[in-house]
Amino acid sequence: MRSAGHAATPRSADVGRVHGVADENTHPSDGTAVPRVVIVDDHRLFRSGVRGELGDAVNVVGEAGDVDSAVHVIAEQQPDLVLLDVHLPGGGGVEVLRRVLAQHPQIRFLALSVSDAAEDVIGVVRGGARGYVTKTISGRELADAIVRVADGDAVFSPRLAGFVLDAFSATDAPPVDPELDRLTQREREVLRYIARGYAYKEVARELFISVKTVETHVSSVLRKLQLSNRHELSRWATARRLV
Amino acid sequence: MRRATPPPRRTNESGDRSVTVKPSDAPRLTRAVDGRLLGGVAAGLARHLGLDPVVVRLAFMALSVGGIGLALYLALYFFVPADPVEREGREEPGGPDGQSASRDRKGRDISQIIAYVGLATGLGFLFLLFGGVFDPLLWFVVFGTLGGVILWQQANPSQRDEWMTSTVGGAGAKGVMRASAGVLLVVVGVIGFLVFQEQLQNARAGLTFAFTVLAGIALIAAPWIIGLVRERDQERRERIRNAERAELAAHIHDSVLHTLTLIQRRAEDPREVQRLARVQERALRSWLYQRPADAETTVSPALERVAAEVEEQHGVPIEVVCVGDCPMDDGLAAMLRAAREAMVNASKYAGTDAVSVFGEVDREEVLVFVRDRGAGFDMDDIPEDRMGVRGSILGRMERHGGTARIRTSPGEGTEVQLCMPRIPEV
Repeated sequence: MRSAGHAATPRSADVGRVHGVADENTHPSDGTAVPRVVIVDDHRLFRSGVRGELGDAVNVVGEAGDVDSAVHVIAEQQPDLVLLDVHLPGGGGVEVLRRVLAQHPQIRFLALSVSDAAEDVIGVVRGGARGYVTKTISGRELADAIVRVADGDAVFSPRLAGFVLDAFSATDAPPVDPELDRLTQREREVLRYIARGYAYKEVARELFISVKTVETHVSSVLRKLQLSNRHELSRWATARRLV
Repeated sequence: MRRATPPPRRTNESGDRSVTVKPSDAPRLTRAVDGRLLGGVAAGLARHLGLDPVVVRLAFMALSVGGIGLALYLALYFFVPADPVEREGREEPGGPDGQSASRDRKGRDISQIIAYVGLATGLGFLFLLFGGVFDPLLWFVVFGTLGGVILWQQANPSQRDEWMTSTVGGAGAKGVMRASAGVLLVVVGVIGFLVFQEQLQNARAGLTFAFTVLAGIALIAAPWIIGLVRERDQERRERIRNAERAELAAHIHDSVLHTLTLIQRRAEDPREVQRLARVQERALRSWLYQRPADAETTVSPALERVAAEVEEQHGVPIEVVCVGDCPMDDGLAAMLRAAREAMVNASKYAGTDAVSVFGEVDREEVLVFVRDRGAGFDMDDIPEDRMGVRGSILGRMERHGGTARIRTSPGEGTEVQLCMPRIPEV
């Protein structure tokens, strides 16, 4: 097992070994390669735990335990996806997002945290993460979420959906930009199902739409969440520090 | 110091309040037993008039200069009846509760009596020395003493602390004002005294000398004093930080370490381990993020609490997401009980390892969804032991004007949908 200190400069032997695994390990169904993932978390125990849980579903090409080494490893490995902890020494997940996305906007981030604080959740999503899941998520669900985000879709946990619903209905003030500052009726419906614990497939069945359409709605909500600059959003998140 | 009972003055502050005030709230003129110093005349009068007893006592003292005060006091002592209630309390010798005994013992506050006697003696001496209130010398002495008292109060540890820290913090307007008022009074007193003794000319040389020396000392000592103050401040901060750390350590020890020990001992029972971990997680979270104000009075925290209780009892993790919030009422309380029943059912019978709860506070209604992906069941053949569904969920919701829907079928999981209209806010 790798120690946290080595994460900053992954030894070539390690990387080579992991690459070797990736080469023979491909998706059984469609033949596409499994996503290449970097895990960024300051708890080594947790990193190895996630690695073990994910198993063959993804190809872990690097790990990092703080902001600087994370930026370094990500730049070196150019993964499809980064599993990003919100709380990191050296500025937190938001800092990693800021530094990496400026240079490599194609890399996708899935935030993973024990924190349920709205401030953290909204902060990291607005920083550019395409999804947010809590660390209690099961290995299978996490693998699903990784594949989904790596494919360019967004992943909303029930709690994130609840936060978004709350944040967008927090005020009666007229929106600055109606296109970005309001959720459509359909988006709201989709979010409510997600908050109730429905998977995308189940939401699609309930609303008589395709899973693809559900994904489109969720991605659109994500875009609004990231781009809407109504300050109520951030103020709401700061004001509501509770789970 | 004991104060008189609530002053009747308060009843006049708002019109609507004075309507509800009972006549007994304005105390009858009696001699106080509780809080008296001599005969209880001043304390009783203060209570009757709604004044601080100190004011009344000083007034008596001032009136006594001409002898009127003394006469008035004696007259009131003989004509005003003593406090009847307290009298009864006192007549029980060694009453059952220690309160009456202690009150009896503390009936007269010795230090206060000494203070008043001292004040009276001082005033007497002043009159003997100066022969009247109108001698300016007397007033300069009074000024000087007053300033001295104010300054010396800073020597009181708690007050000095307040003063010192606020000086360092830069926000001690009150402390600085008090100190400069004290200095001003002392200076006016001293100089005035000298002027009227016609010794200022003689004293001027001495004063100049003294001021020069003092200024020199101040110049030398200032850096050292400032350093001392800074050091003190730092020490204080360190102390506060240490106290916080100690509190944190105590909390972690009592909760987290304890739970970790339990988990190690119950390692062979994964269900119990998970339950312990969840309980501890929730406790820690609420400790870290708790909003203390609205703990039980609104829907969202109440729903979270219900879920936490069910989870603790049945060991199945319940994920709660709540959007919006509103105050509790009877209907919502009933809905929470129904939701609780639904959570218990899901935990007990669904055979799943997760239950999702979603609460949404709308403008007109409150919705709660309790969902599991477990076994599900056929509504038409609900077993006998699950009659709770009809009685506790459907029936309860309907009785309170809400609705409940249950969507389930074998193998599909169950979702209980509860809806309760909100009572419109006035």
